Amino acid sequence: MLTKRIIPCLDIRDGRTVKGINFENIRDAGDPAELALFYSQQGADELVFLDITATVEKRKTLVELVKRIAANINIPFTVGGGISTVEDVAVLLQNGADKVSVNTAAFKNPALIAGLSNRFGSQCVVLAIDTKKETDGEWYVYLNGGRTKTDTKTIDWAKQAVALGAGEILLTSMNNDGTKAGFAVDITLLLSNELSVPVIASGGAGTMVHFKEIFEEGNADAALAASIFHYKEIAIPELKQYLANEKIAIRL
Amino acid sequence: MVAIIKYNAGNVQSVQYALQRIGVDSVVTDDFEVIRNADKVIFPGVGHAQSAMQYLMKNKLDTLIISLQQPVLGICLGLQLMCKYSEEGDTTCLNIFDTEVKLFSSPVLKVPQIGWNNIYNYKSVLFNGLPEQAFVYTVHSYYAALSKETTATTDYILPFSAALQKNNFYAVQFHPEKSGFVGETILKNFIQII
Repeated sequence: MLTKRIIPCLDIRDGRTVKGINFENIRDAGDPAELALFYSQQGADELVFLDITATVEKRKTLVELVKRIAANINIPFTVGGGISTVEDVAVLLQNGADKVSVNTAAFKNPALIAGLSNRFGSQCVVLAIDTKKETDGEWYVYLNGGRTKTDTKTIDWAKQAVALGAGEILLTSMNNDGTKAGFAVDITLLLSNELSVPVIASGGAGTMVHFKEIFEEGNADAALAASIFHYKEIAIPELKQYLANEKIAIRL
Repeated sequence: MVAIIKYNAGNVQSVQYALQRIGVDSVVTDDFEVIRNADKVIFPGVGHAQSAMQYLMKNKLDTLIISLQQPVLGICLGLQLMCKYSEEGDTTCLNIFDTEVKLFSSPVLKVPQIGWNNIYNYKSVLFNGLPEQAFVYTVHSYYAALSKETTATTDYILPFSAALQKNNFYAVQFHPEKSGFVGETILKNFIQII
């Protein structure tokens, strides 16, 4: 049986792992390659590396870091941040990344998704969406690491991206991110039910129960978290054992 | 020496890293002589069947691969290209395995299948020493149907070929290079084939 995935996310800035609280007040949480090895040994199912400064500062994701990570861990990982061309992706995949995530550049140029999907296959194209629920009750797409609002509803963009060839959606709720009050169940469930591809829920994990909720009530295929793992508030082996005890399909 | 076939499809580097971790030297190459003379050949791949086949044909790697006599291990797209036909891009493939590659279709389950799933019904030395129902990492939208050459099975939407073997040609749909300890065991088993 295909299992639900637990994915630690390593936000990278200047070669270090950082975790922002509501995308601000960034704090240092350690060396990415060290953390990657630690998490793979702890039973993480996959890792995501997001170069959070890449889009803003027009900086390319650090290929050297990708190489070092790929050489040291035996589980899959996704790399994102500042990816805007097919050639960016070719370099990352050649150096050991399994998947790439695209965000702002794909929104501005949706043909990028089709280009990546046709060249590398949709299974390695992750569309990352930063989303925020507005006072009208609707979830909208935000760009540039959450700094720029758009008038596009998240469900509409997600559907368009899947039609173009996105193989997976990494959905980060800005309302929940950094709060430790739980994932955004409603928008995760909507996307999961409406889309044919897997949905990774991100933002808001604070307790082990939150993971159970997002799998059971949000129908998420995977759950991503950063600070609770980095600061060792939840240990992955305990989390996975808890979920298995709660009858959720999980790899132990 | 293990030769990892270099072509336009991705993620050959991670296979080389995985071999390094188990202490095996390898070279990523498209040199015909190096590939022909290698002890083992790995045909990896993440990519699109049609563009990959076009590249192989243009560079005559298609005829080289089917002529190889040493143990060959196809991985993911490599497995699919070793089948006779893929629905991905309506592509005629290498026709080593007598089975077709089809697109997953389900009103309920997600496509692609991404994540850790278990394999069972082992019929190959590749799986020596593994527990039944071992977890492997898999990511794909297309699958090879079951056939008499199936050597391990996975269930997703339907049972399909997690692995195939015919003579010296071995192939796995999942990614041993990304499947933790289980994957390392499979790679070691492949390296030990004489």
